[in-house]
Parts: sequence; structure tokens; C-alpha cells
Amino acid sequence: MRNAFADELTKLGNDDPRVVMLSGDIGNRLFDKFKDKHPSRFFNCGVAEANMMGVAAGMAMNGLRPVAYTITPFVTTRCLEQIRTDVCYHEAPVTIVAVGAGLAYSGLGPTHHACEDISFLRSIPNMVVICPGDAFEVRGALRAAMQQDRPVYIRMGKKGEPVVHKGPITDFKIGKAITIEEGSDVCLLSTGNMLPEAIEAAHKLKEKGISAEVVSFHTVKPLDEDKLKQAFSRFKLVATIEEHSLIGGFGAAVSEWLVDSETHAKKFLRFGTPDAFFKKSGEQEYAREVLGLTGHQIADKIIHALS
Amino acid sequence: MNVAVRNTAAKPDVAALKAQAAKLRGKIIEMSHKAQAAHLASSLSCADAMTAAYWHVLNIDPKNPTDPQRDRFILSKGHAAAALFATLAMKGYFPIEELDTYCQDGGRLAEHPPANLLPGVEAATGSLGHGLPLGCGMALAGRIKGENFRVFALLSDGENNEGSVWEAAMFAAAQKLENVCVVVDYNKWQATARSNETLMLAPLRDKWAAFGWDAHEIDGHDVGALAEAMQNIPNGSGKPVALIAHTVKGKGVSFMEDDNNWHYRAPTAEEVVKSFKELGLS
Repeated sequence: MRNAFADELTKLGNDDPRVVMLSGDIGNRLFDKFKDKHPSRFFNCGVAEANMMGVAAGMAMNGLRPVAYTITPFVTTRCLEQIRTDVCYHEAPVTIVAVGAGLAYSGLGPTHHACEDISFLRSIPNMVVICPGDAFEVRGALRAAMQQDRPVYIRMGKKGEPVVHKGPITDFKIGKAITIEEGSDVCLLSTGNMLPEAIEAAHKLKEKGISAEVVSFHTVKPLDEDKLKQAFSRFKLVATIEEHSLIGGFGAAVSEWLVDSETHAKKFLRFGTPDAFFKKSGEQEYAREVLGLTGHQIADKIIHALS
Repeated sequence: MNVAVRNTAAKPDVAALKAQAAKLRGKIIEMSHKAQAAHLASSLSCADAMTAAYWHVLNIDPKNPTDPQRDRFILSKGHAAAALFATLAMKGYFPIEELDTYCQDGGRLAEHPPANLLPGVEAATGSLGHGLPLGCGMALAGRIKGENFRVFALLSDGENNEGSVWEAAMFAAAQKLENVCVVVDYNKWQATARSNETLMLAPLRDKWAAFGWDAHEIDGHDVGALAEAMQNIPNGSGKPVALIAHTVKGKGVSFMEDDNNWHYRAPTAEEVVKSFKELGLS
């Protein structure tokens, strides 16, 4: 996802002189093309994220379209007050791009895990929260974000994730979920880098004769309420899938919507990370397996819930 | 007025600035009394810097508060909002009568400056350590867009406790933001204690200099000296400029000066009368 981000940003920078890139001292060589083309619009802000976010807000308040980028916990929780006060309170059109969502950097340990950021950021007024499901969604989300006049948070995986879409998404819309596979029995609403697991779950379910719809619910705020209404009325089971805490994340947002809209859920399952730090060493696939977040484990739980 | 044209040669009219500073202090005291709001002493200690900025230094046009070429002034010590509101009203950004709504239900003048609500307020401050990073972003926006405005940020000494101030200080120096000027209102008190007994700021000028700034100590109540130093930005050093302004908290009213109770206390009607007498106001 991050290569797609750097490439798309370079293109956007070519077309729009307001685009400025701020990096928190990461992305070694990742932004070489952007730097070559726009040396005066690239800033390595160092390991000083609070300042970076304030600088981004100051730029955005003065007509620029800054993108602030570093590893998820450092570009969210580390500088949360700057996001809240400098960016969101001022309605400054800063695009915050995080790399390493959820357990993407599992091997680096809990300091680099990010299973709370959706919760924090979606509670801040004026903030849009997007979790792209693959590299093409990253491109679509970034392009859409730069057309907004408001703060946007884009939560990416890292690199090398399976590409789900067949090509560029020309009609990517913030707040409009994308149906990846149609189905008729259960509906899997996936956000962010869990999309390939959701697709795998659907395929496992199909083997058992259960038809699953897979939706890339890339925008967690604002929610695609039409899609939710449809899902809860059409399917006998709806599941939310995310690599984020069950507290405050996508599943929690859908739960809140269910209660507030007085919608009846026949069966509703939430897949996400528990209220605990993941302290074991190991890569993302291992962590997902331990936490029951792989496609086949998701499928098993759904089969169990239906039986 | 074309704010892009600067008259750097103009000498400050010190007598007029002093009279203006006294009027500003009077207005702040009135507001504090009426609203029974805190932070009076913090507002008084920076009144001379505010006066120098708004009545001599800044290239601004209150009738065109969003002019892209305007100088930016950020009251980073947002708890001195009364000083900013009074200044902006006296400069004509909004009607002077609106000051009567300070801290009143439903108004625009809360205890800290608001975002996107009041003409002339460049940034919503109140949480300390935000003004300088914002100011650096504004200065870089100017550089990228080819606008040569200046950015002034007024910080409290207690605010220098915040790590983000020093992140921004290093960033501004690395970016050679010579059109950025920090004024530290060094009144030696923070909310509940002596600044240097809380976190060691001294030697504060040396700290800013060590962080890559052209740093100077200045008498923060010498409105003429403040006006000249601030007007001289950028000063040819090629560095951002820090003015460590030695001040007295509660300056201008003898019974408030250097008495930290006035960080939270508001004056009685009788104390307002006494204050006005001392300030030479009627």
C-alpha cells in the first residue's frame, strides 16, 4: 500500500501545487520521486510528530494541502492533541496517512502496533476516517481526500498486501462502501487491511454451501448507512472485520449505529483485536492466527454462529 | 492599505505606544472584573508586547483580516485571551461593545481564543505549545507560495515546559525560518509556582540560542525597544528570532505585580478604580 501511496502522491503533487509532503523521518527512498520533482514541498520533520502535525495544520490554514505521514502510533496517538486541536478544531484540510495499521508491524512489538487509532480519531469532530482495503483503494482514498476541504485520516497497511481490485477505482467515494463479491446468506463488512482475510473467509464459507457477500467498508467515518441498512435487512448474519480493537473501532461504530437507528440485527458478529497488548513476537500472519482473525477462523466462527 | 508594503524605517512613537498600553491594560482589567475571569496577571504582563505588535509592527488591515499577505500574530499563550480580544476590538476587527460579552453565555469570546470564529484570531490556542508549530507551518506556507509575511508567536514562560515548543524550535532553525519571531513573556511565574522552580528554564536565552535561534534578552515593558526589535524581523541573521522578554506578572497595577494570586483572581469594583488611577486612566 505504501508504494501506491508514494506514487499517487507524486502524481497529485504534479497536478496540484498546494500538495506538500511531511514525513516523520521514515520512508527512506520512498519519496525520492516526489522530492526530485517538488524539492520545496517535501519536509522531513524529524522524530517530532507533535510539531509535524502543528506545522501541517499551519500550512493547511494557509492554503496548502499537506500530507503528514509516519508509522501509525506516531502519527496518531503520539500527537493526538495536535490532531484534535490544531487540525480538527480548525477544520484544517490536513491528510494524515498512517503506515502499519493494526498488526502490520507485528514483529516490531506493541510499541508499533496500532489497534486503537480508529477509536481515537473517529471520536474527534470534523475527522474523516478511511481504512483502504488494498493498494487501489489507497490511491482512490488519497485522491478523494485531497479534494476534501477537511481533515482526513487514511489508515494503511504496509507493503505487499494482496491486490483485490482489478484496476484503478474511478468512482471511489468517501463514505461509500464497495461490494467486492456478491452473496445472499451472510454479509462480511471488512475495513482496511483485513479485506483479503474476508475474501478468504467467503471462499471457505462457499465450500460449506454458505453464500457470503464481501464488502470493503473503507470509510469508518462517516459510515455508509445505506449499505448498513441493506446488509442488516437482507442477510441472516452480518459480521464486521477489522484489525483494530473491538473497543471503539469499526464494529463498535456499526454497533452504535444499530442502536441509534433502532435497526434489528438477526445475527451480528464482530471480529477484531481483544482488549490486550499482543506481546508475543512474530509476524502479522502469526498474530492473526493467535487472535482468530484469519479467513478460515472467521469462516469457522460464522458457521458455528449459524448452526 | 497594501499590507505587503512595510515601512521598516518608521521609528516607534514611544509616548503614544505607552498611552495605548495603559488603555489596553484598563480594558483588560474591566473585562476581568465584569466576567470575573482568571488570567488577568498573565494578560497584563504581555500588554506591552501586544501593543508594540499591533500598534507598530504588524502589517495588518482589520478591514481585510484574511489578506494572504498579512503578518500573522499568534497568541500562543491563549490564556491571555483578554489581552488579544481587547487588542483586536480596539484595532477595529469587531465592535468594542462585543468585549462586554467576554465569557458570557452564547458569545464568541470564551476564555481562550476560538477557531474560525473571530476576525483577527489566527489560531485557537489555550493548550500550550501549539502556537509555534502552527506558526512554522504558516511561515512555510508563505515561503512555498512566495508571500513574504512574518509570523510572530507570543509564548508564556510556563509554555516553555512543553516539548512541542522545542521540537518546533529545532524545526524552525533547520528550516531557517528567519521571518519567524518568538516573544517569550518571561514573567517568572507559571500557574501555581515560580517557573524556574518548576522546570528549569534558565538560562532561557542561551537555550533558544543553543537551539539555533538568534536570541536576545529584552525589557518586556520597554514598548519602544519591543517595537524596534520586532519590526526588524527578519533581522539579517538568517535565523528565527527569539526575544526573551523580561516581564512582571500583573504589570501596571502595584498590588497585582508579581503576586501570583492574580493568575486566578479577578478584581473587585473598588480594585478596578484603584487600578485605573495607577494607570492614569479615568
